[in-house]
Amino acid sequence: MPTKSIHDIAASFSRRGVLAATTGLLLGLASISGAKAADDTIKVGVLHSLSGTMAISETTLKDTILFLIDEQNKKGGLLGKKLEAVVVDPASNWPLFAEKARELITKDKVSVVFGCWTSVSRKSVLPVFKELNNILFYPVQYEGEESERNVFYTGAAPNQQAIPAVDYLMKEEKVKRWVLAGTDYVYPRTTNKILEAYLKSKGVAQEDIMINYTPFGHSDWQTIVADIKKFGSAGKKTAVVSTINGDANVPFYKELGNQGIKAKDIPVVAFSVGEEELAGIDTKPLVGHLAAWNYFESIKTPANEKFIKDWQAYTKNPKRTTNDPMEAHVIGFNMWVKAVEKVKSTDPDKVIDALPGIEAPNLTGGVSKMLPNHHITKPVFIGEIKGNGQFDVVWKTPGLVAGDAWSKELDGSKDLIGDWVGKKCGNFNTKTNKCLGSGS
Amino acid sequence: MPSKLTARLASLVLSLFLIAFALPAFAGPFEDAVAKFANDDFSDTDEAIGAIASSGNKLAFPIISALQDDRLMADPDTKKVYVTGTDGKSIDAATGEPVASVPDSASAVRLNNRLRRSVDAAIGSLTLQSPDLGARLQAAQSVFKSHEETALEPVESALAKETNKSVKAALGDARAAILLFKSDATEVQKLEAVATIKARGDQEALALLSDIGTDQPASVAKAATSAIGSIQNSLAVWSTVQNAWYGLSLGSVLLLAAIGLAITFGVMGVINMAHGEMVMIGAYTTFVVQEVIRTRYPALFDYSLLIAVPLAFLVAGAIGVLIERSIIRFLYGRPLETLLATWGLSLVLQQAVRTMFGPTNREVGNPSWMSGAFELGQITITYNRLWILCFTLAVFVILLAMLRYTALGLEMRAVTQNRRMAASMGIATSRVDALTFGLGSGIAGIAGVALSQIDNVSPNLGQSYIIDSFMVVVFGGVGNLWGTLVGAFTLGIANKFLEPVAGAVLGKIAILVLIILFIQKRPRGLFALKGRAVEA
Repeated sequence: MPTKSIHDIAASFSRRGVLAATTGLLLGLASISGAKAADDTIKVGVLHSLSGTMAISETTLKDTILFLIDEQNKKGGLLGKKLEAVVVDPASNWPLFAEKARELITKDKVSVVFGCWTSVSRKSVLPVFKELNNILFYPVQYEGEESERNVFYTGAAPNQQAIPAVDYLMKEEKVKRWVLAGTDYVYPRTTNKILEAYLKSKGVAQEDIMINYTPFGHSDWQTIVADIKKFGSAGKKTAVVSTINGDANVPFYKELGNQGIKAKDIPVVAFSVGEEELAGIDTKPLVGHLAAWNYFESIKTPANEKFIKDWQAYTKNPKRTTNDPMEAHVIGFNMWVKAVEKVKSTDPDKVIDALPGIEAPNLTGGVSKMLPNHHITKPVFIGEIKGNGQFDVVWKTPGLVAGDAWSKELDGSKDLIGDWVGKKCGNFNTKTNKCLGSGS
Repeated sequence: MPSKLTARLASLVLSLFLIAFALPAFAGPFEDAVAKFANDDFSDTDEAIGAIASSGNKLAFPIISALQDDRLMADPDTKKVYVTGTDGKSIDAATGEPVASVPDSASAVRLNNRLRRSVDAAIGSLTLQSPDLGARLQAAQSVFKSHEETALEPVESALAKETNKSVKAALGDARAAILLFKSDATEVQKLEAVATIKARGDQEALALLSDIGTDQPASVAKAATSAIGSIQNSLAVWSTVQNAWYGLSLGSVLLLAAIGLAITFGVMGVINMAHGEMVMIGAYTTFVVQEVIRTRYPALFDYSLLIAVPLAFLVAGAIGVLIERSIIRFLYGRPLETLLATWGLSLVLQQAVRTMFGPTNREVGNPSWMSGAFELGQITITYNRLWILCFTLAVFVILLAMLRYTALGLEMRAVTQNRRMAASMGIATSRVDALTFGLGSGIAGIAGVALSQIDNVSPNLGQSYIIDSFMVVVFGGVGNLWGTLVGAFTLGIANKFLEPVAGAVLGKIAILVLIILFIQKRPRGLFALKGRAVEA
């Protein structure tokens, strides 16, 4: 998902090399001093950026895991031992993610790691988790096309977010013309490829699809918003499907509001805009724009209300919002706890084999299940932005949707499945009956 | 705009309340329709809106306008629906009787986009003859958008009574739009309608004409096609104007971000990588000012930016002086070390702000005079961009005047042109250095105030502008403010003309490549300083 700005990528090699070490060290010291090592604890690694560009999103996830560990310890811990968090700061620096992952596994001997946000950070730690055979829970919606033995994906795959959102617009808003707007990197590009194939399979003509990419942190949206306005004036109902990344959304929505594009004229459905992003803007002009997620803070279930209450009490902030990736961590954490209890061991091999089939309640009233492809079942909600920065759920899938590791819409992946139970393979080709293995 | 409209609607609601109270309550289809709001079902709500709008009941307008502003409360247990007035008083929606209080179990009736369109159409047909000019205009426009056949009669009767020219024109457009889609309208009527809509000439007219479908008489279809062609041609001309305006606007943002750097880097020669963070500090100053105003003096909100400008200048300027005195003055003449030190400083400042204000974006509101847009011909000009352009030019002129006409400006120019000579003339060069750096940083802080209006206020704000700022200064010519001005606007306009052709990503790359080539040809930028200063 979201990645940092181009300047950063260029910069990370030079400047982060010099200075991130210092910043990282300071923060690292703070976290280490708070968590003294003891033998009778089970260690849980937390690999989220606490500084740098991604800190905006990832800091909350670190707090979520600390909160979950705290709750679990109040219940008496796990296997008679207390859980202990080991927090490291990869500082939004992709190579540092791999380094910190290695440190967590070899030096701190953690039993499981919860972490990463961007796809590139996940890809960078993958070899480490494979080599050292540990477990990573990845909580963010992503582009799919992956199923690894050591990774459990608790965020949404494209068929659990993008496709239901498009279905909703087609059915409820009778949208005929589509703008696919995204930031220029792997998640929007793959998602838009999938959506384009899907829309065409539904009979949408090429000239009714406009695809637009913008650089990271794009802040001058005048031309693009004017283009969208023009594209939308062709007489057919038009909608924007936005995979615009994190920070660039605020100026985008501001420009929409200023140029007078209302949700009732051209609705925008976003996949990366959550409660946290809305906290930074005045949402009055955005009322009616949509977001597709597997969780919204505003969903009224006893589980969610209790979670929000406990979370706000834990963070001592009565206004602290909750969001979708947080819920993914809640589900992932509970699944891991159940798997460990089932095999009575934290040995990664045993836990990995035990996880598929494990069920854990999600916060929206259903029960999510870990699938053999290491993705989970989730409900999909479409929410409309309200004046108070929250979402009002206007539609949801009738049941839970199973996550597809490999998209059925793309030629390259429609025959592939991930199955770590029967086939022991992450990319099994059902046509040729062969496992492609790690080479592809 | 919206707030004015709400106020107008509110006053209307109140006046209608008074009429409503005088009416006796009656049961029937109207009451059934009202009760449907309590079902919390979008289709039921839609039916209710239609039934109420066409009921002719005096309560129709208060109910629908309350629905629009989330003031229509429905109790799912008792199926009772209440209208809460903007003054806090409530009435029973079915009878119009005042009620003491709305029960706690009642919640606002929910809307989605489809329903919001129905509400707009309903309000449009209900307020066509409203005594308020703005409401009538709004009504005519929403009827134009929804162009439902049922609205034809009210539009025609409103048209007959209307005296105001612009409302009359809007009503005429609305009538034409309805006739165009009315299946039993005569061919003559339809041709007239096409002509009326063609005269409108904007994108909405284009949308309407492209949407008329295939079951039209041949002459109408032909007229529509030619109308579409001529509208498209005129819009193409306007889109060039629009690109030029967007270019000016982008240029003004670039100039604003770069102008402080033109002082610290351009005039002093310090490669200041922490320049972006000064901009960020300015933006956070705006945030703090707005926070204080929100909690203490909400009435002053519209002036928050005016208060923030001098404060941001002082805060960022003071930090600039501090940086110069504590770090940069030891590094004059050592560009590589300055670069590394200021880069480190930028990270320190970012993390400091992150620790103080948290990593998430902070909300900086737009004052009402900076929200919204107005139409100039066929292009939309947003107020925030317009004000930023004016503000940038004002800052530029003030800065130029300061360098040209004040003693400090004279000293600055003297020191940068020939330090030793200036020193021997009795100028305290190190004091001037500190003040110059402070001035550059302070202006960056002012830029932050303006940028907080169009961008995120987050610790990363500055990073996104640092590269662009250097680009502008280097392109325009180091050490020359006019160069920075011309450089910024050239880059802005070039970018905006490239963007529709090449896309935002490629456009940006193309600009970078062009600059690199340009620098090969003219290493000192557009306006190179000549003479001794260059070698100094």
